Amino acid sequence: MKVGVLLKQVPASDTIIKINPDKTGIVTAGIKWETNPYDELALEAALQLKDAGKATGVVVLTVGAADADARVRDALSRGATEAIRVDEASVVGSDSLGTARALAAAAKAAGVELILAGKQAIDTDSAAVPAMVAELLGWPQVSVVTGLTVDGGKITAERNAGGGFIEVVSTSVPAVITCDKGLNTPRFANMKGIMAAKKIPIEVKSAADLGLSAGQVGAAGALVEESGLELPPPRPSSKIIQGATPEAKVKELVRLLRDEAKVI
Amino acid sequence: MHLVPEIGEMGLLGANIEGYGCAGLSNVAYGLICQELERGDSGLRSFVSVQGSLAMHPIRSFGTEAQRLKYLPEMAAGRMIGCFGLTEPDFGSNPGGMLTKAVDDGDSYVLNGAKMWITNGTLAHVAVVWAKLDGEIRGFIVEKGDPGFSAPEMHGKHSLKASVTSELVFQDCRIPKDRILPGVKGLRGPFSCLNNARFGISWGALGAAMACYHSAVEYSKTRIQFDKPIASFQLIQMKLAWMLREITKGQLLALHAGRIKDKGELIPEQVSLAKMNNVDIALQIARTARDIHGANGILDEYPVMRHMANLESVYTYEGTHDIHNLILGRWITGIQAFT
Repeated sequence: MKVGVLLKQVPASDTIIKINPDKTGIVTAGIKWETNPYDELALEAALQLKDAGKATGVVVLTVGAADADARVRDALSRGATEAIRVDEASVVGSDSLGTARALAAAAKAAGVELILAGKQAIDTDSAAVPAMVAELLGWPQVSVVTGLTVDGGKITAERNAGGGFIEVVSTSVPAVITCDKGLNTPRFANMKGIMAAKKIPIEVKSAADLGLSAGQVGAAGALVEESGLELPPPRPSSKIIQGATPEAKVKELVRLLRDEAKVI
Repeated sequence: MHLVPEIGEMGLLGANIEGYGCAGLSNVAYGLICQELERGDSGLRSFVSVQGSLAMHPIRSFGTEAQRLKYLPEMAAGRMIGCFGLTEPDFGSNPGGMLTKAVDDGDSYVLNGAKMWITNGTLAHVAVVWAKLDGEIRGFIVEKGDPGFSAPEMHGKHSLKASVTSELVFQDCRIPKDRILPGVKGLRGPFSCLNNARFGISWGALGAAMACYHSAVEYSKTRIQFDKPIASFQLIQMKLAWMLREITKGQLLALHAGRIKDKGELIPEQVSLAKMNNVDIALQIARTARDIHGANGILDEYPVMRHMANLESVYTYEGTHDIHNLILGRWITGIQAFT
């Protein structure tokens, strides 16, 4: 069984985001990119299946431009065995559905039977693509898992149900699983892995190569239109209440809550 | 010691060896690993040098296929620690005079003698030991637990405190016949190992120098005297500029050595030049950095005094500074001046 891992590069979590002047996207110049941390959990889960002899190969699937190759190469260095990058230029303007169509087609081309993905990407937080991939492939999906065992074709996944309860879900391959924090601790690439990964080609495919028509991806295939981007309004400055005694401070606080904030 | 499995997992042990579970990196990459480890501490880099260049390299180059398969993958993973026994209490710069002896005794060899200043000795699961068999220097693999073999730790060091230094004692130590390294005879064996390790040291010492330089730059920018940061004084700037100048020259030397080593063209005299120069300047940089840090420089809050004390060992081990000068002198004049 080959396992596919959906991988997205996102701005590093400490990036100070700026919106471009025509409010259609963020300023990407100078951004340090990294692999979406939830996708790293998915990759690690796939690699553990490979190490245990339960997966015959781990295929990295991504949509991106050539600058995403560094992240793909890192995944190969950690132990992934193949990689397909759907060229950004062939799907530019896609919404989540277009991206999902591209990834589902790439997964089919790679012949994977299980897809692991992060529960969401930390840039847009849409958490939409894996579910759409599952739907497009007609596979079951288990989302936000914190425990995973695969035995034969049978999958047992644990989900945090809140209140200290763990929900246990069973399904079977083929399936899409999205991964949450707590599932595992991603490994680093080691020197041997880095050397071995140099010999693995990253297959670059266009949407057309994967059998997708022009109307299925890009702006033409999008159901959602992004009308604009805004930064959150600057936080109003806080006020520290001065007063001689605690009683006086409380009195002033109540007055402000009533007269200024108008919340009581 | 607790770092060893992690270092193994990262693939840093025997990183420039091809096959047998090793990463097969270039020599430049191996050098950079040494530099970054020694930026932390010379003891850590010493561990990696000894494991890779002094213990794994001879097994790879001079051992049988069975020996390689038995030891190298375990050593690359950090599950098996190696050491290298050449120096003796009375034979340091003159290893050819060694007294440790091996005697052929039927189905085994019997070793007698003592080695000293052996990095990793007490920790080691496997020791590559050089001893005279019928008057000729040969390499032997001695394992922890072999009868008659012990490795007591040496105490009282003011330097390389993060590294274990030991004696190796052989009292009628009996090892099976298949533990001899068949591929080499004479001093060429240990010297081949030392050349690899010395190459790594020429990079490593610069790591320690860089740590001292960076600490000095930071300190001088924040330490206020006469109402100004001391970095604004010309004497301090001159010292910092000198450090940067020497580090840069040393890096160019190490990089060039690495590139010609990758082509298989590096000669031992070039290794001597690089080791001697880079350790020498690193030690001077550490001392100058201590000076810039003022009294604070002696505290363990800053890395400089630790690096300085470490580099005193690095200056002497793997061929003393003086011996490397004599190696170079012999190459220049054709006249050996060791004796």
